[in-house]
Amino acid sequence: MSATEPLKSESAEASDTFPTGRLLEAYRTMVLVRALDERGITLQRQGRIGFYAPHSGQEAALLGSAYALAPEDWVFPAYRELAVALVRGASLQSVVDQLFGDSGDLIKGRQMPNHFAFRDQHFVSASSPIGTQIPQAVGAAMAARRRKAPIVTIAYFGDGATSSNDFHAGLNFAGVFRAPTIFFCQNNGWAISLPRARQTKSSTLAEKAEAYGFPGVVVDGNDIGAVYGAVRSARRRALAGEGPTLIEAQVYRFGPHSTSDDPRRYRDDAEVAAARQRDPVHRLKTGLVSARLLDEATDARIWEEARDKIAKAVTAAEASSPVDPLSLFEDVFATMTPRLEEESATAAAFLPKIGGKP
Amino acid sequence: MTELTLVQAVNRGLSDAMRSDPDVLLLGEDIGVNGGVFRATDGLLKEFGAERVIDTPLSETGIVGAAVGMALYGLKPVAEIQFLDFIYPAFDQIVSELAKMRYRSGGQFPCHVVIRAPYGGGIKGGIYHSQSTEAYFCHTAGLKVVVPSTPSDAKGLLLSAIHDADPVVFLEPKRLYRSVTGEVPDGDPGVPLGKARLVREGTDVSVIAYGAMIPAATEAAVALASEGISAEVLDLRTLVPLDEAAVIASVEKTGRAVAVHEAARFCGFGAEVAAVLAEKAFYSLKAPIARVTGYDTPFPYALEHVYLPDAQRIVAAVRTAVRAG
Repeated sequence: MSATEPLKSESAEASDTFPTGRLLEAYRTMVLVRALDERGITLQRQGRIGFYAPHSGQEAALLGSAYALAPEDWVFPAYRELAVALVRGASLQSVVDQLFGDSGDLIKGRQMPNHFAFRDQHFVSASSPIGTQIPQAVGAAMAARRRKAPIVTIAYFGDGATSSNDFHAGLNFAGVFRAPTIFFCQNNGWAISLPRARQTKSSTLAEKAEAYGFPGVVVDGNDIGAVYGAVRSARRRALAGEGPTLIEAQVYRFGPHSTSDDPRRYRDDAEVAAARQRDPVHRLKTGLVSARLLDEATDARIWEEARDKIAKAVTAAEASSPVDPLSLFEDVFATMTPRLEEESATAAAFLPKIGGKP
Repeated sequence: MTELTLVQAVNRGLSDAMRSDPDVLLLGEDIGVNGGVFRATDGLLKEFGAERVIDTPLSETGIVGAAVGMALYGLKPVAEIQFLDFIYPAFDQIVSELAKMRYRSGGQFPCHVVIRAPYGGGIKGGIYHSQSTEAYFCHTAGLKVVVPSTPSDAKGLLLSAIHDADPVVFLEPKRLYRSVTGEVPDGDPGVPLGKARLVREGTDVSVIAYGAMIPAATEAAVALASEGISAEVLDLRTLVPLDEAAVIASVEKTGRAVAVHEAARFCGFGAEVAAVLAEKAFYSLKAPIARVTGYDTPFPYALEHVYLPDAQRIVAAVRTAVRAG
């Protein structure tokens, strides 16, 4: 979101207000993932993990949407959605194990950090190519409808993905087939170095939905309640057979694209500082404090607990064994082919020399 | 048994699979009302309805992307790409997503999609309705690549592909769609993936081919027999996984190998066949391994007959191999 763009916030006054009883829980998760971001970047800088893709600035969009979903719904994430996985029940340890690619990693060290997959949470495997999850979410929604399952699918993606082939293909299919899908675009202002204004001439990303024949809404992505309301409303529409919705949550990426990126090459610190004035974590905290649901002492304890939990998970991940070297050859196919068995034997013969288990 | 053309056998394979498993559904361009541009899905919309025979917008990315999502959810989608030449908008979905989904999720998200595509020349289709680019897919870990050459195999391999747990690129030799007919079992012919078929036994040379090159290889073998050369013809049927054992056993017997395909020569599948033989059957070889393939040019329109391997070129390659030792 550039500073000049107007915010047209979806009204959160409708029936879909964030349940007050869960606001503090949401705040704890928000603090946890903010603290995890800080730790993730540090771990990468220390050479203890290979990469990290931060989500700071997007927490309200992530949590507002995650809380609006049902456990039965299916999530098609990009790579800044670990908060969504946590809300859906993935353990912090499993998230941290993925960052380390150790033997506790559910994906067996097969991908860079932040490319999660949690089957039990219906959190589909993320990949690096941009936008590919979008038509997949549509196909899964069509499949769910065929099975008469009362669920929706949600595709998470960023402003850059709206330029991809898959965005067009996915939204076009969703419109034609009235798929029960929510397209949740986190417009964080920057696709690596490219500002939102250079991604498309459209005045909003949400308005692209109109061309596909369904509604697009802009929502203040720093307002957890507004995001929750927009997703609840889109979900209800989808379940009623009224088809998909595109939601553009306007946020700001506080950090670099990833630990491999230096944002000072393409944007001013002043812009980041201005965006930080709208920090979603601070905003929820202020709201909770003024509603007397939180005080400074409790807040300090929440932060301390979050950092402590993360430290414990990091310690456990670093103490766990590396992935089995010969698992390299598993899961290419359901059953290993003769060729892969042969290659596995070849690799095994070299393992003592490269320090692995024979 | 029923006498069917190859395209009718594909149609029977699809309808049998859909009758026995409600999770099987089809999606693609012009496959419903029109029954597919080659009529491979003729009549299926009427029998199974628009929810299972889905005419899609003109987007290969959308077809395969949606199929991946359907498969993740647990259905068994069979996607049709109208011509293999048009598959590239879906290449990212196939190579980055479908092929790697099981692996990259640590086995949590198997993704079983069958992608059917007519391939190959011989119908005066020019550059964009004729190509054989199976090697792109063979090079990608996680994909199975299947190419039938007879009606019975078309049905049997298609059913095996649909019942398989892995993604399958199923390439149909469009030139043979109506030019070959054969007896096809009414049930599942039970043709497993990964097993080559001995088309014709021989003792002097192994002609290793697949798909639309099988009739040419057989014609060559008949011609060679009249000059006293006994050519064995092996139909690979499945390129991935390759039935290496069958290829090696045949060449250990004959001592000579000619790999045949209509795809371009450079890095074509014949290169893999030749490499396997050089690595694992070298001491059985009496002559250099030969390749009879399409040329390293784009696929032509007017000069299709020059480009495509035929019996005459196979015969010439075999004679050279036999003379060599």
